[in-house]
Amino acid sequence: MSVLNVEDLRVTYTTKGGDVPAVRGVSFSIDRGEVLGLAGESGCGKSTIAGAILRLHSPGTRIEGKLELEGEDVLSLKPGRLRAVRWTGASIVFQGALHALNPVQKIGDQIQEAIQVHGMATEKEAAVRAGALLEQVGLPPRRKNDYPHELSGGQKQRVMIAMALACSPTLVIADEPTTALDVMVQAQVLQLLRSLQHDLGLAMLFITHDLSVLVDVSDRLAIMYAGKIVEEGKANEVFHAPQHPYTAALAAAFPEIGDTRFRHKPAGLGGDPPDPQLIPSGCPFHPRCARAIDACRTVVPELWDAGADRRAACVHVAGAPSLDSVMS
Amino acid sequence: MKTEPAITAPEIQAPVLPPNKLTPRQLRWARRRRTLGRFWQQFRQSKMGMIGLAILIFYAGVAIFSIFASKGALDPTITTNGPRLAGPSLHYPLGTQIDGISVLSLTIEGARISLFVGLSAALISMLLGTLIGMWAGYKSSVHDAILMRITDVFLVLPWLALAIVLAAMFGQNFWIIIIIIGLTSWAGTARLVRAQVLSVKERTYIERSRALGASDAHVVIKHITPNLMPIIFANTILTIAIAILSESQLSFLGLGDPNAKSWGTLIEEAFNHGALTLHAWWWLMAPSISIVLVVLGFTMVGFAMDEIVNPRIRER
Repeated sequence: MSVLNVEDLRVTYTTKGGDVPAVRGVSFSIDRGEVLGLAGESGCGKSTIAGAILRLHSPGTRIEGKLELEGEDVLSLKPGRLRAVRWTGASIVFQGALHALNPVQKIGDQIQEAIQVHGMATEKEAAVRAGALLEQVGLPPRRKNDYPHELSGGQKQRVMIAMALACSPTLVIADEPTTALDVMVQAQVLQLLRSLQHDLGLAMLFITHDLSVLVDVSDRLAIMYAGKIVEEGKANEVFHAPQHPYTAALAAAFPEIGDTRFRHKPAGLGGDPPDPQLIPSGCPFHPRCARAIDACRTVVPELWDAGADRRAACVHVAGAPSLDSVMS
Repeated sequence: MKTEPAITAPEIQAPVLPPNKLTPRQLRWARRRRTLGRFWQQFRQSKMGMIGLAILIFYAGVAIFSIFASKGALDPTITTNGPRLAGPSLHYPLGTQIDGISVLSLTIEGARISLFVGLSAALISMLLGTLIGMWAGYKSSVHDAILMRITDVFLVLPWLALAIVLAAMFGQNFWIIIIIIGLTSWAGTARLVRAQVLSVKERTYIERSRALGASDAHVVIKHITPNLMPIIFANTILTIAIAILSESQLSFLGLGDPNAKSWGTLIEEAFNHGALTLHAWWWLMAPSISIVLVVLGFTMVGFAMDEIVNPRIRER
């Protein structure tokens, strides 16, 4: 059974300037012990999905579709049950650990907070557990008496990971856990996340804009563009043999050291992601796509089969229906 | 879960702090002492704050002295056999008033009343302002809009007129005065607290706490309130100054409690008996200067503290 099952999820922010569809119909599922990587540019809806799983959005936000966490429909939960599911069902490693810790509380207390909010242990037991969790993420247990400003960026991120594990959730959502960390620390944190995920058999949703990070960490990869998944498949295959032009552009943006092709021709992707309120007609990527044809302006691509266990939303993939049938 | 205590138990028992084994409670107090020490170090740097503090300590001493001394020689009802309207002398350092009562003893007595009214009214104002500000800042836009319009009304209302009406309606009682001042002076605090809550509640650790499954009450008590404390504290001290001034104004207008004579009441009596035309300047002087000094003292301490807790206005 899959831990998380998302079907046709739509998240719309209601603002004074009109509705902003941030996520426009996304479906995916994560199995027990599986890591799904979610990648895309800023503003494509990655973090919105993370927030939607625990229903953290402000009251005005519309969330539609189906969102099942361990078979329980998150979107129809009553407030009390929702609070109980938060952190015990799924926890989040927030982006920017520097801000996700309260500066005036000791980190041990903040880890304990998670356990005690759910009444899972007495204060003493929770304190012991907080120490054990810190040890699990490679920090000495006595550091639980430290305040956030006494820790380095990498250590703070470790604390966030310890906190995410506090209530033994089945799903951990890592929302850009390595932003604002230098490359060395980033590698350590990724290593830690991976070994913990492996040892504890966690399901994980790993969100980042850094494709090269995702390839190392995740089993499967989903690429998002303008609120939709445009390609998904096994991590290695998606990265090394992208089917969608957008994935290809993202993958090409990471030069491989020693590869002469990148030395002579660094690749990038021009233009900006579209305004969610002004999504282009047809394929939303067509204004920036090098391989766009006339049909792209009118045909809205769906996730068509693109090889074994792979799907991509582009008219060029093998599984796409013939253009005539789509346009009629 | 079962194996974890086994791993950590020796770790916890191991002497982490070998030289002085402190219990968590002792550690917590040591840390608080250190924080307070740091605050004091910074406060000492401020000449203004230290002068204000000296004034306040003096008047606090006077007020405490009056609590113990009022049954004896300083009781205004007993010492009515002195010379009337006598100027300052060795026996009456600040002179006597029209009934022959020592102005010094009245001023000492008034210190207790004025300070008590000021502190109590500021406490009410702070509690009310904090509660309303927090509610408005944390709750949804509808609550916010309603509460802030009410706050606006209190902010623009000519408070003296309102206070006079209320005092006239509910009588000249010491406690009524406290409540009236408390009820009319919370609007500024509410605005300040609301603004701070709006900024604090958007911080990521609040979202984190909500993601943990924390209730609104938990978030407000554990995460938002501690962040507001310094600002509320500094603001309350400034409010005390305003409350004392307000009390003096009300008393001067004859709305004070005749049985608990504050400095304002003393001035009112002196004024009504024509102390100035009788050239009895000493009758007015002591209470007036006391009001000025105490208000100045609270304002100076308040500003000095504001400078410490509010990094944006800290001098470099």
